[in-house]
Amino acid sequence: MKLNMDVDVHHLTRVEGHGNIVVRVREGKLEEARWDVVETPRYFEVMLKGKHYTSAAPLTSRICGICSMGHQLASLRATENAFGVVIPPAAEKLRLLAKHAETLQSHALHLFFLAAPDFLGAPSALPIAESHPEVVQTAVRIKGAANRMATIVAGRAVHPVSLHVGGVQRMPKELRELKDIMARTLEDLLAVVPLFETFSIPEFTRETEFVSLEGNGHYPWIGGNLVSTDGVQKKEQQYLEMTNEYLDKNNTSKWARLSRNSFAVGALARFNNNYKSLLPEAKSLAKKLGLKPVSHNPFHNNLAQLIECVHVVAEAQKLIAELEGMQNEPTMAEEIKPSKGQGVGAVEVPRGILYHHYTYDADGRIKKANCIIPTTQNNANIHYDMYDLVDQFAAQGMDSTQLELMCSMLVRAYDPCISCSVH
Amino acid sequence: MKYLGIEPKRLRVGVFDFTSCEGCELQFANKEETLLDFLGAIDIVNFREISSDQGKDYDIAFVEGSITRSDEFARIIEIRRQAKILVALGSCACFGGVNALKNAYNLTDANREVYGTAPRETLPTRAIKEVVPVDMEIPGCPVNKDEVERIVQHLIWSIPFNFPEHPVCLECKQRFTTCVFEKGQLCLGPITRGGCTAPCPAGGTGCWGCRGEAAEPNFKEFSKIAHERGFSDLEISERMAFFGGFEGEK
Repeated sequence: MKLNMDVDVHHLTRVEGHGNIVVRVREGKLEEARWDVVETPRYFEVMLKGKHYTSAAPLTSRICGICSMGHQLASLRATENAFGVVIPPAAEKLRLLAKHAETLQSHALHLFFLAAPDFLGAPSALPIAESHPEVVQTAVRIKGAANRMATIVAGRAVHPVSLHVGGVQRMPKELRELKDIMARTLEDLLAVVPLFETFSIPEFTRETEFVSLEGNGHYPWIGGNLVSTDGVQKKEQQYLEMTNEYLDKNNTSKWARLSRNSFAVGALARFNNNYKSLLPEAKSLAKKLGLKPVSHNPFHNNLAQLIECVHVVAEAQKLIAELEGMQNEPTMAEEIKPSKGQGVGAVEVPRGILYHHYTYDADGRIKKANCIIPTTQNNANIHYDMYDLVDQFAAQGMDSTQLELMCSMLVRAYDPCISCSVH
Repeated sequence: MKYLGIEPKRLRVGVFDFTSCEGCELQFANKEETLLDFLGAIDIVNFREISSDQGKDYDIAFVEGSITRSDEFARIIEIRRQAKILVALGSCACFGGVNALKNAYNLTDANREVYGTAPRETLPTRAIKEVVPVDMEIPGCPVNKDEVERIVQHLIWSIPFNFPEHPVCLECKQRFTTCVFEKGQLCLGPITRGGCTAPCPAGGTGCWGCRGEAAEPNFKEFSKIAHERGFSDLEISERMAFFGGFEGEK
């Protein structure tokens, strides 16, 4: 067994944003194992102060290039809750469709381009395009379908333009095209399952508390109650009691805790809390992959994401069919009257539950803002996972190179959005 | 192999990120219908967000984000030293983008608001050209991948690229988009540089000016139109400050 080990990863690759991994093992004893987020802070909560309500969604969208749709949806919901605006049913369906487009795009990007190379022994997806051309072509088609759906529904995939306070600006004309695209995408997803079945998922578990929205017969995405696997239940407005942010000296991201010293959010948390509400297509894939709730293996987040891809595509097909019968219905609320007060918006974005909270003055300008990001909630959990993972694998005699790969794969399994987590 | 007497270049590309949302980099991996051809036409030697290969031998550096912390100076200076062509990618890199909004606030207060008694290091936001010389700027929030592709094609064939100078308005007319002023919204289209194909008005949102000033913008006439439609100075200045692309008018 090797007694001394060092891992020093500066700006981990194949993740969004900047984070470092530091591991020190001396004479077989674990001295240090850290996940440090070193991203530059941008102070979005400060920039929001004094801004008009119509600026909140376009501004917070820029917190994240990958989950800009989710930020806009949480932002709009917070503002609408503050003003007591109810959006029309057609707008609710369009927003959910936009949400599904983002989930599919983000999960596909992560699964095929960021996570898969580790399982196939490649530095990136670029050489995989040569070794497994069909897989990469299918992956690109899936991601393209997601971005096409985002563009049709929300006007643009990155920083969408059609979602406004009060609803969605227009009913898309291309629903027929979308229907065909989603049918093909479901086939494409099922075609790549055999590849994921060949991936050797590291055997590592650490008992973890998982937090997500609570499904009420439906797998949850936009708004509702908050729930944890340790039995905590809160209302959307009580999000602060669910997150309990605090500072760590090595991180520009805050950390969060609930019943334990950390908790996890994301696809695996949603799966663990809401398995029963998955659509049959997704449930049967879970059975095929052997994934059951509650899984405490963080690497299973990859599988949960694949299962969610199937779920959102199956649900998108239903939504499109419903929208075809709503072509002439309004997509914007008739009146938006700014009022003094506050509102919270909780949305399940690709990496977990996202909260926006605004306090408005009577003119509809923001007095105070708070955004709590999924990866902010995950960072402490990644850190404590890493400590246990190094402890376990170092004891098994893993060398520094393997250990570095394992730690990197652990971080990537959470699909962190690091610049988002610091914002 | 020469084509019409011109030797195509095999570009060695690095893509780098500073203070940003990494959405412009993500655009490199979007536009899926041509993605594999695009990636096949260049050699990506350094692109941390999607690859663990971290080569230093790039000729062209695409740089996203702005400079807001001291450690970012050393990184951008090193990239400038290596790159033959440095391209500022997106509004944050070109003129600070939304990151520059924090410059309007006291940074000590900002720190206290976010980090309480344990402030983190931060500097006033700077565009890339305020720190190192920049050879080319592609504005946009996010950048338009079509335009990125065209610029890469021009670099491959060593043909100068002419950035559009006309305002966004022209592109709305080209795609038959109803003017959003007519829908009661504020729009910076008359004074903002086009080239984006005007996706925002087409999607039901007035232009926010992410590409900065068009050539010779008629601010006076624009201001008159906006006032006539009932928009206040505060609304107009909040919109123009959003991406920091209207330096001339401050």
